[in-house]
Amino acid sequence: MARTEKKKDVVLVGFGWTGAIMGIELANEGLEVLALERGHDQDTVPNFQYPEMIDELKYGIRYGMMEKPANTTVTIRRSLDEEALPYRSLGTFLLGTGVGGAGTHWNGLNWRPMQSEYKLKSYITEKFGAGVMTEDMTIQDYPMTYEELEPHFDRFEKVAGISGTAGNVNGKIIEGGNPFEAPRSDEYPMPAMPSTWDGVKFRDAAKAAGYHPFPSPGGIASKDYKNEYNMQMGPCNHCGFCERYGCYNYSKSSPQTAIIDALKRKKNFEYRVNSEVLRVEKSTDGKTVTGVTYFDHKTGEEVFQPADLVILTAFALNNVHLMLVSGIGQPYDPNTNEGVVGRNYAYQITGGYTLFFKDENFNPFIGTGANGFCIDDFGIDNIDFAKEGFIGGAYWRAGQTNGQPGHTMPLPAGTPSWGAGWKKGIGEWYGHAMSIGAHGSVMSYRGHYLDLDPTYKDRHDRPMLRMTYNWHPNEIRQTQFMKQKMEPVAKSMNPTTMQEGFKKEGAMFDVRPYQTTHNTGGTVTGDDPKTSVLNRYLQSWDCHNLFVMGANTFPQNTQYNPTGMVGGLAYWAAEHIRKDYLPNPRPLV
Amino acid sequence: MKKLIRVLGVLVVLGIVALLAFIFVPVQRTGPVTQLAADFKPAEGQGEYVMHAGDCMACHTSEGGKPFAGGRAIESPMGTIWTTNITPDKETGIGSWSLDDFRAALYDGVTPNGTHLYPAMPYENYRKMSEEDIVALYDYFMHQVEPVSNKVEETKLAFPFNMRFGLRAWNWLAASYPAGFKPVQGEDEQFNRGKYLVEGAGHCAACHSPRNLFMAQDGIDDTSNAFLTGGEIDGYTAPDLRGPESGPQKWTTEQTAAYLATARNAHSSATGEMMLVVRDSLQYMTHEDNMAIAAYLKKIGTAPANASAAAAKPEVTETEKLLTDAKPDMPLGPRLYLDNCAACHIVNGNGAGETFPELDGNSLVTAKSPKGLISVILHGAELPSTADRPMKLRMQGYDNRLSDEEVATLATFLREGWHNKAPGVSAAEVKAVRDLAAH
Repeated sequence: MARTEKKKDVVLVGFGWTGAIMGIELANEGLEVLALERGHDQDTVPNFQYPEMIDELKYGIRYGMMEKPANTTVTIRRSLDEEALPYRSLGTFLLGTGVGGAGTHWNGLNWRPMQSEYKLKSYITEKFGAGVMTEDMTIQDYPMTYEELEPHFDRFEKVAGISGTAGNVNGKIIEGGNPFEAPRSDEYPMPAMPSTWDGVKFRDAAKAAGYHPFPSPGGIASKDYKNEYNMQMGPCNHCGFCERYGCYNYSKSSPQTAIIDALKRKKNFEYRVNSEVLRVEKSTDGKTVTGVTYFDHKTGEEVFQPADLVILTAFALNNVHLMLVSGIGQPYDPNTNEGVVGRNYAYQITGGYTLFFKDENFNPFIGTGANGFCIDDFGIDNIDFAKEGFIGGAYWRAGQTNGQPGHTMPLPAGTPSWGAGWKKGIGEWYGHAMSIGAHGSVMSYRGHYLDLDPTYKDRHDRPMLRMTYNWHPNEIRQTQFMKQKMEPVAKSMNPTTMQEGFKKEGAMFDVRPYQTTHNTGGTVTGDDPKTSVLNRYLQSWDCHNLFVMGANTFPQNTQYNPTGMVGGLAYWAAEHIRKDYLPNPRPLV
Repeated sequence: MKKLIRVLGVLVVLGIVALLAFIFVPVQRTGPVTQLAADFKPAEGQGEYVMHAGDCMACHTSEGGKPFAGGRAIESPMGTIWTTNITPDKETGIGSWSLDDFRAALYDGVTPNGTHLYPAMPYENYRKMSEEDIVALYDYFMHQVEPVSNKVEETKLAFPFNMRFGLRAWNWLAASYPAGFKPVQGEDEQFNRGKYLVEGAGHCAACHSPRNLFMAQDGIDDTSNAFLTGGEIDGYTAPDLRGPESGPQKWTTEQTAAYLATARNAHSSATGEMMLVVRDSLQYMTHEDNMAIAAYLKKIGTAPANASAAAAKPEVTETEKLLTDAKPDMPLGPRLYLDNCAACHIVNGNGAGETFPELDGNSLVTAKSPKGLISVILHGAELPSTADRPMKLRMQGYDNRLSDEEVATLATFLREGWHNKAPGVSAAEVKAVRDLAAH
């Protein structure tokens, strides 16, 4: 141990969305708070500034904002009998790094889970009988209710700056919004963004089919905005550089636009970059943690940072990894179905149709990460699991996010992928294609989990995190159901040609093409320490002065993008830490 | 003939005596304008507040230096003036100064040994300060500022400006009015508070009033028509604050107060020197005081804001049409605007709320000197983090992207676009600003 730093009241591991939320909420309590960030410091100017940021090759193809797999990665296998191999080349999910974390390079899609998703197991059991669940399904209820979380969702949406049209305010259904959403206490803080032509076409087709389209809710500013911390956003210009990029326009909600400058004013808050936490240190009796040990990349030494309260606020996979390498909580064993850390890992299933129109021009250079229209008619609340033979649901969206030629240039099947034929195809179809996507839930199963890899080690000589995951027949049935429902809607739009991209029976998890970065579970929240790592306040069952944020707390994945839930849970936990834990530190349950 | 020579001789002798007296007889120092009670004690925090109101920190702290230890270079047309150490260090600061010494520096511009201060120290304005504020400020510097031993570089201006006694004559012109502040009878408390802050500690006129032939402020209070009608500082324009198109007259009082407190409001944002004034001084004023300043400025407007003229402006300007049509053959200026500026400042030149400032009617864009506009295009701008608006909003610079010719074309487009009517900018002017940064 080269160095021990002065003790802090709170140390936060990771300085993205949840680190920033915890930082400001606890610094406002007067605590000495330190955030340790693995990556570099970054801010809108100079790091995301125009025009340097909108470099597709550097950021869109070569992933300039992401953590290099050579520095941090996971190993992946699809079943217990495969040998996991390191994820050496970014593909199916992208792991960010640096101040702001994934909150800087996301698309901005922001949701609250549907009403049934909070008490999913009870809902299924009561409504359809436990028999509809597959035997290996390990889904469970959230230990808190939607009603308890609602004020925190509302708060996060107002802090982040979300544009959208409410569909259900206090039970009153509002025309133009999502009629299936759980009742919200207030409107979105900003009106919905305008949609591009593809979204409008989809809206009209969905409406004609009897569905209920509404504008996608997103952390993309539709006007100038100021949040409770007096942080500001400016209206988006729809340049189409959201996902994989930092926003140069102060238009995409991020820790930088929503919190960080306000937090930096506080004298009792400090953050250190290039400070990679290696493990959480436990007290001798193992009932509390004493701080964290991190690697200071500037000085090249290990540092012990003592703290009274440790909060893991890193990306989902990193939080789980830290718990495992720190030996906190019993690692999950799929053979015995015992243990908790690493249990209930889940991903997200997506599919969709691409439609080509000879006579339509979609101007794909216009877009935002949260563009277009959605429907929730096939959301999880609206599916008869007994009848359809699967558990889950999906929301659909059409709305171009970008027209970047390097990675967003759909071509009809059969078009050559290189040479003169490819060029001809591009000439013919670029700007004439649109897509409709289904974004589906993924349940948790006994065989899907995270643990420490027995073979591969990272640069700090820690075992890598190993992911065991594959598509489950339940999700294939769900996505095939979406295909079947989407096909007539797509056809009704009269495309010149169209093609589907849904996973079929027997599909194997392929990590090469990008799918989504929505990794969930591993340190789930629950009522029972035998099936959860964290209690309902996201407090470790084992060490009461350790709290864990992030999508790793989800018992199974919802049908939505996770950020809204992650933000809402962080504010929920922050409130209970402030009001209940700090006056009397102890296990809250 | 002899008599004439004798008379001349007497005159010469008298002249020499007068000159010697002018140089060597100590200056009469102004005493307190109010006799305070013997047990007067400034309220807690008052001294620091007055320090912020007077923005002492801005000049008396060098970049990265200890607070108030001096050593900042102030560029003047006469040469570089080095600011002094005003910490209570006895050797190199003002630790041995009495209250009378301190007051004399603020009112008369003289140090205890009779040396005249250069009027970069705005004693022309500080002369209006109340005895209460002087005492509070003295108390602050003596008891709350950390003494720092820092011998600063001596100011050495070229002849004749190195003859500091000459300032005595200058002071007869510029700072001979009775010290202290007289509230205007018949005006309310807010007006008089605003007037006191603007004319006194705030020393707004130091930049925002024109200078007369003798380089004195042309108008240190609102009895002068030229007062706060715009000045020049180091080649940059300090805008007019009283004309119908000026910020304080076009904006609501609340908007002007917001600008002072946060460097931004629904129309504009502060750049350059004004940004520093907000950062170091105005953000620490109470809301009431910034409202008082804003209300006072509004009241001394020289012509009523012409609301009907604003309403008569066409909904969509020719500039907006040109930018919206975006024809491939459009001239270079609007094309550069679309490629570099429109994402935030919008084709209508109105920006967005408090985040993206308006360019249509923006005093920086239409300033007499284009130096400020050129500088922002080249080097960008950053708003200070303030309590009410913590975000350090930044505009990036374009110095690595646009040539002198392009910046000139773009700046000219901005100065002529929408409702703006300001003369064009040359590439040579851009080069001059670009070269400044290279040093």
